Amino acid sequence: MALILNEEQQSLKDIAKEFLQKNAPVTHFREIRDTNNELGYDEVLWKEMVNLGWSGILIPEEYGGFDFGMVGMGSIFEEMGKTLTPSPLFATGVLGASLISLGGNDSQKQTLLPKIVEGSLTTALALEENNRHSPNVISTSATKSGENYEISGEKTFVIDGHSANLLIVAARTEGSIDDESGITLFMLDPKTDGLEITKTSMVDSRNSAQVKLRNVVVSSSDILGGLNNGSGILENVLDRAQIAISAEMLGNASQAFQITLEYIKERKQFGAVIGTFQALQHRAAEMYSEIELTKSSVIAACNAVDENSNDLKRMASLAKFKAGETNHL
Amino acid sequence: MSDLQTFREETRNWLEENCPPEMRKPGDIAWGGRNAQFSHPDQKIWLERMGDKGWTCPTWPKEYGGGGLSKEENKILQEEMGAIGARSPLGSFGIWMLGPALLEFATEEQKKEHLPPIVRGEIWWCQGYSEPGSGSDLASLSTKAVQEGDEYVINGQKIWTSYADKADKIFCLVRTGPQEPKHDGISFLLIDMDQPGVTTRPITLISGKSPFCETFFDDAKAPVKDLVGGLNKGWTVAKRLLEHERTMISGMGLSGGGDGSKKTKSGLAEIGKKYAGTDSNQKIADYALRRKVALHDLNSRAFGLTMQRVGEETKVGAPSPAAAMAKYYGTEHNKLRYELMLEAMGTQGVGWEGEGFSVEELQITRDWLRTKANSIEGGTSEVQLNVISKRVLGLPDK
Repeated sequence: MALILNEEQQSLKDIAKEFLQKNAPVTHFREIRDTNNELGYDEVLWKEMVNLGWSGILIPEEYGGFDFGMVGMGSIFEEMGKTLTPSPLFATGVLGASLISLGGNDSQKQTLLPKIVEGSLTTALALEENNRHSPNVISTSATKSGENYEISGEKTFVIDGHSANLLIVAARTEGSIDDESGITLFMLDPKTDGLEITKTSMVDSRNSAQVKLRNVVVSSSDILGGLNNGSGILENVLDRAQIAISAEMLGNASQAFQITLEYIKERKQFGAVIGTFQALQHRAAEMYSEIELTKSSVIAACNAVDENSNDLKRMASLAKFKAGETNHL
Repeated sequence: MSDLQTFREETRNWLEENCPPEMRKPGDIAWGGRNAQFSHPDQKIWLERMGDKGWTCPTWPKEYGGGGLSKEENKILQEEMGAIGARSPLGSFGIWMLGPALLEFATEEQKKEHLPPIVRGEIWWCQGYSEPGSGSDLASLSTKAVQEGDEYVINGQKIWTSYADKADKIFCLVRTGPQEPKHDGISFLLIDMDQPGVTTRPITLISGKSPFCETFFDDAKAPVKDLVGGLNKGWTVAKRLLEHERTMISGMGLSGGGDGSKKTKSGLAEIGKKYAGTDSNQKIADYALRRKVALHDLNSRAFGLTMQRVGEETKVGAPSPAAAMAKYYGTEHNKLRYELMLEAMGTQGVGWEGEGFSVEELQITRDWLRTKANSIEGGTSEVQLNVISKRVLGLPDK
């Protein structure tokens, strides 16, 4: 397992850095936030990201993607974490692309994946029902009626739920509320009757929505990954999601640290540059060490995805743990 | 078959023929020296065979007695030794600290004289750095060496000299330029311990052991030819050597033992389960302890990966600033590991000797006490944080 980027990966990261610093610095995020932009991201910017190939990074070449792997995707998320860039890349390029690649049948993949690559399809995963992450606790039900299913329930914290043009809903087709088995993934057009989608305003100004489903009718041909087969696919996709978010948090931490480091080399108090004070030097050195540990954990976790490692679940937890802890230092 | 595959087969065959059965079991490591002591006859045989082949110092050049192996070949050798559980043939500060510094800074004559005996374990080296008045501020050291004819006369005192009472020679920082600014008046000198002007006195540590000594020089002598790296240029050699020392000590965060050995066989989670009990899922029953053990395990993994990454970065030639955090993080992490073991063990973790405690319990207690020095020796954690702030982060001095 390599813990450093190869030439191609480094070049992707450099391009991402240059593009984001130029086209989507923090001021871009603030503008989206302060103008109450309904979509929550800039469509022109997203189009450019798509043109750079980012939405197809995790998609196999046979479906028009670039099959560049999670190490590449992680590098982009790290750079986006430095600029706080809002975009559908997480919900579509990681969640949607992975759910369909890993769970879809060939016709679903043929139809949907090229659209993600070219940027005409954005997706959202409607999974959570509770305030605390518990992906197997699902009471939203899907009941069979003829060739169709009827779905009823409420979903919360659906990233890009109000902006995506394809919803992927996890619903219970069997078993009791916290059974790992008996969960099925359904693909829905957000305009389907019985769907009520409300954008929620969050502390970080990122896109999320609540989704209510009342007897929403969906064809059994729109099941993703087979009946009662949802949790296995979700497990792998959520590992990837945690790793992408960890990479973004690594970017958050690195950038905040860099800004602080520059500042304490300039700011004067008590007649001295405050960066000469040992109290601050030692805090800086400790943070540096933790960021280095986070960096290693994130790239190792990205590798675990690309190598199909048996250790993926633990590596995803490690990356999420270190990135979360480091961001709170 | 590739060259490396051939090398692997040859190595495997050689080890199979030459590594004595007793040396394939865990146990103590020989330190060699003029008065070498061996706990088993096989230890002597093993040291001689590995020394002859240069495999006590596998990557050192052959001309100085080393194995002349590439990094890849050395990796194979270590793997093959690991596969049969072969013990390291020789423990030596000559190998871990002095040798790499000599290879970089010594003259050809000095290398030819001093490196081969290190390889064969014929000379036991110790390190004379710290003094009673010069610890973290090492460059303020005052042990002085004055040239008289073709030798130096040395006077002063060193402290925390590991194994000074057993060592044959000492690599020592001495003041040769008392008028120069403090960093520019230090030389790196090799001194024979077996002479009337040198006396040593062991210091008993909190763990009950006495590997450290005070070392006194009263008109001790050393030939001028044994000054390494140039007159008053010793600080450059010293700093590089400290990097080797810190790398050696930071490895403890991964391997466990308080002095770098792997004495404690059980992992932290095992200790937790054994002493704090398990719940119905075979997890540590005490939730508070389980959480701390899990956090520690996660950080062990993250630290291990970081050391691996540093290795990869160094290999491709990129300077790895992360190396600076290894000693700081590794030793603090190792101290915490032992604190958690003690927390799990309760009263079984505070026995000193005799009845009522297993051998492993007593060992853990002693190792726990020993770990307290890890974040002090070889440059304290605070010194390491200073190094990171200044060299890596570029924070100003004044």
